[in-house]
This record gives sequence, C-alpha cells and structure tokens, in this order.
Amino acid sequence: MRITDHPILGPAEAGREITIFYNGAPVPAVEGEPIAAALMNAGVRSFRRTAKRDEPRGIFCAIGRCTDCMMIVNGKPNVRTCITGAADGMRVETQYGYGGRKEQA
Amino acid sequence: MKKLRTEVAVVGGGPAGLSAAAEAARAGAKVLLIDENKRLGGQLVKQIHKFFGSEAHHAGVRGYQIARRLLRDVEDAGVTVASNALAYGLFPEKELGVVWDGKHCQVSAERIVLAAGAKENYLAFPGSTLPGVMGAGAAQTMANINRVLPGRRIVMLGSGNVGLIVSYQLMQAGADVVAVVEGADHIGGYGVHAAKLRRAGVPFYLSHTVKRASGDGALARVEIVQVGKNWQSIPGTELTLEADTLCLAAGLNPMTELAWMAGCAFLYLPAFGGHVPAHDAKMETTVPGVYVAGDITGVEEASTAMEEGRMAGLSAAESLGYGAGAALDAERAAIQRRLDDLRAGERGAIRRESKARQTAAAADQRQGGGAT
Ligand SMILES: Cc1cc2nc3c(=O)[nH]c(=O)nc-3n(C[C@H](O)[C@H](O)[C@H](O)COP(=O)(O)OP(=O)(O)OC[C@H]3O[C@@H](n4cnc5c(N)ncnc54)[C@H](O)[C@@H]3O)c2cc1C
Ligand code: FES
Repeated sequence: MRITDHPILGPAEAGREITIFYNGAPVPAVEGEPIAAALMNAGVRSFRRTAKRDEPRGIFCAIGRCTDCMMIVNGKPNVRTCITGAADGMRVETQYGYGGRKEQA
Repeated sequence: MKKLRTEVAVVGGGPAGLSAAAEAARAGAKVLLIDENKRLGGQLVKQIHKFFGSEAHHAGVRGYQIARRLLRDVEDAGVTVASNALAYGLFPEKELGVVWDGKHCQVSAERIVLAAGAKENYLAFPGSTLPGVMGAGAAQTMANINRVLPGRRIVMLGSGNVGLIVSYQLMQAGADVVAVVEGADHIGGYGVHAAKLRRAGVPFYLSHTVKRASGDGALARVEIVQVGKNWQSIPGTELTLEADTLCLAAGLNPMTELAWMAGCAFLYLPAFGGHVPAHDAKMETTVPGVYVAGDITGVEEASTAMEEGRMAGLSAAESLGYGAGAALDAERAAIQRRLDDLRAGERGAIRRESKARQTAAAADQRQGGGAT
C-alpha cells in the first residue's frame, strides 16, 4: 500500500507512472522507485527462492546489503531489487537458486 | 580504470562523515567524500522524528532536515562528493577500491577517515527467514523513503529507541502495531518514545521473546513466549499474534570491515555493539593517517557522531599542515567538552568508561604493548 499522504512528510511527490512486468503480469510503478517498492505495493512478498531448500525470501534490509531481494531483471540474474530503480516495461522475474528460472531449478 | 588522488578521503556520508569532510575542507584540505547511497545523510535520511540532544546538535530538528543542513555545509566547504560510490576495500598505502556509478576506480589518499556507521543485528529463530520478517531499518526505509507500507499488522521485537521510534513511525504511516516484544523486564529506550506508543494503546510484552514465526510462504503468525531471568522460555506462556510483518530491532553493530583491512587494532566493547577500532583523542586509529568517527567507533548517537566527525576532520587536516596553534587547540578542547557532556551522567557512564578503554588501548598499542 502506498503512503500517499503522510502526517509528517506530507503528500508523496508525484512521479511518472509506469508499468513493469512481474512474472509476466503488469504492475504499476513510479519511475525510478526501487523495484521492490512497486512489488511490495502490489502485494508481492516472496522475491526469490533459495538453492538448497527452495525457501522463499523477501525484503530484509531494503538497503542493498542482504541480497534476499535478488530477482531476474530484464534477463539479468542477481539484481538487488531494493536498490534498483524501476523503468517502464521492465521485466522482473522470481529468481530460483543461484540465478535461474523455475524450470532450471 | 580511473585513478583519483585526494588529500583526505572520507568513507561514509552520515552525520560523522559529513562533519569530518566539512571541517577538513574548511581547514584547507582537498577532500573527497564517498557514500554508497544516491542521497547522503546516512541514518538521518530515514529519521522523520525530532532529534533529542542539545541545540548544538540540532535537537528538535527532524533527522532528514539535519542531513540537509550538514550536506549544505559540505557543499559550501568545497568538498568533492562521490555518491552512489561504494568503497569495497582499503589497501596498503591508503588506497581505496571504489565502485562509483557502476565503474571501478582507485582512490589514493594521504589521510582516510572511516565513518561507515553501523548495521542491524540479525536474530535467528524458527521462521526468521520468512518474507515479512525484516530489520526495523528496512521497514523504516520502505515507509519513510519509498513511501510504501511494508505491512499492515506489525510486531516489533526490541524496545530500544530504534524499536520504539520505528513502531511509532509505522503507525504514522498507517499501519497497526499489534505488539512491542522485549526480552528484558523493562523498556530499553527513552520514556518519551514509549509514552507515545502507550497512549496509542500499543501493548508491550516485557520479559517476552519470539519463539517462532510462521505462515504459508510469508509471515502470518508470530508466536511469543515469556522468558525467565536467564532468558529460558517458560512453557505454557506462549501467545500467538496475527501479523504480516515482524520487525527486528535488536541493536546495531559497528561496520568495521575497512578498519580491519587497514590493520587497525581492535578491542571488544559490548556497550558499543561489538569489536571497535582503538583510537586516540584525535580519532586517529593505531594505523597512522587512518581516522574513525561515529557509530563505527561504537554505536552511540548522531550528536556524538557529528562531534567525533569534526574532531577527526580537524585532526586529519592538521596532520597535513592545515590549521595549527592555539585556535585549533581551543576548538578541539570545545569539541571534547561537548563529547564529555554527551556522555555525562548515569546514562552515559557505560559509554564514558568504554571510550576511556578505547583510547587507552590505542595508547598501549602505540607503546608497542598489549591489547588487540
Ligand atoms: C530509528 C533511529 C532513530 C534514531 N534517533 C536518534 C535521535 O533522535 N538522536 C540522535 O542523536 N541519534 C539518533 N539515532 C542514531 C543516529 O542516527 C546514528 O547514531 C548516526 O546516524 C550515526 O552516524 P554515522 O555517520 O556514524 O553513521 P551512519 O548515519 O550510519 O552513516 C554511515 C554512512 O556510510 C555509508 N557507508 C558505509 N560503508 C560504506 C562504504 N564502504 N562505502 C561507501 N559508503 C559507505 C552508509 O551507507 C551510510 O550512508 C537514531 C538511529 C535510528 C536507527
Ligand atoms: S533487501 Fe537486502 S539487499 Fe535488498
């Protein structure tokens, strides 16, 4: 859920509204915001699955340190979505294991 | 590969690094300030509450506004700012490896100030890796910077100032805080912050800890349990809370990697969050020309970080021949006085004592003796 009005920070800055694609499905985003923010707003909580035990991982640090939020972005694996800006038409996919798609896991 | 030269390189653009850079540049040194974020200010940029402390430290001003003021000082002083620049290594001869805007470059400096801050402690329990379990700082970044609510029903583990402040800020952003859980039998942070939550009806579970987090693919439930004097769980006291977000606010530890790489002598000071580099009153470590300031020297506050930063900046510049004599001594004495004030009284006792051990360790080391 977006925090459009905030008692201290006031209204959110209006950015350009764009669309990114999460596992193929369109998700609204604001240009330049972290991919993770757009996904979290859309209710996505699991970003990748681990190699050994196939466990889900989601946002943990939100500042690029923990790597829990890595996904495949425009075909490139291991992108930290909490510090990578969203761009129109971006394709974002759940990452399995060390950088593969589901069928490769 | 790009190569850069500077007189003073400051790593970290929080209150400590910003203050160090501004002072060193004002004294006349050529300064490069390196921070991994696009926006400088460190912890300050996500703090939307009015800071405590004294007027000299911008008390009563909201954290992100303090960051803006410090950044203006840095720009006015003529510091070169490298944002989106991560210093990944510190090599012999004071060479920093930096990835700046995605490109690798090498920075050689005559003096280095390390002001990398601290990172959040992690806690492991069954379910602690489930999506929805996150650092309190992550929730704060999501809500205050990215303006997206990390969840609607929040359980906060830890009642230090970070736990209390982030709980309140998540409520301001529109979430419900269903519980603040604290292992000790008393609240860790300041009464004023706790009172705001109490007034809003947030329940505090003291002498409690998280036993397990569960949910199908993401967090749905947090099971808490009462603990006895030795932190052992008391069977039969379990309680299950429905929540989609569990924030961990279990303290911070100094981010010391670069100081280890530099070969600084360390000592273990629990009150400061773990292993910290020994340093003298001028903030110089046991490696000549390498200075430290702020939370990297031990987790304290923005006010102490700013003062330590000033001290480090002035001293680094002085060692290069900028500024000297009675005026500089007087300035340093004033900074030291303010630092002593910030660590005064009963609340400051443990930090005062820890700081004394830290400077003593540096002196020992220089004489070729003891502590590492
Ligand atoms: C919720 C919360 C509330 C607080 N409230 C108060 C308050 O009311 N009053 C008060 O006085 N204090 C408060 N504090 C504490 C205060 O924010 C910190 O003590 C202070 O920010 C520490 O300053 P610093 O400059 O040492 O580190 P930081 O502010 O952490 O800054 C360090 C910077 O260095 C960067 N960095 C680290 N390593 C590298 C590297 N290798 N390369 C490039 N960049 C790097 C980091 O990304 C960061 O930007 C609060 C803290 C929190 C979390
Ligand atoms: S959430 Fe930790 S790196 Fe993105």
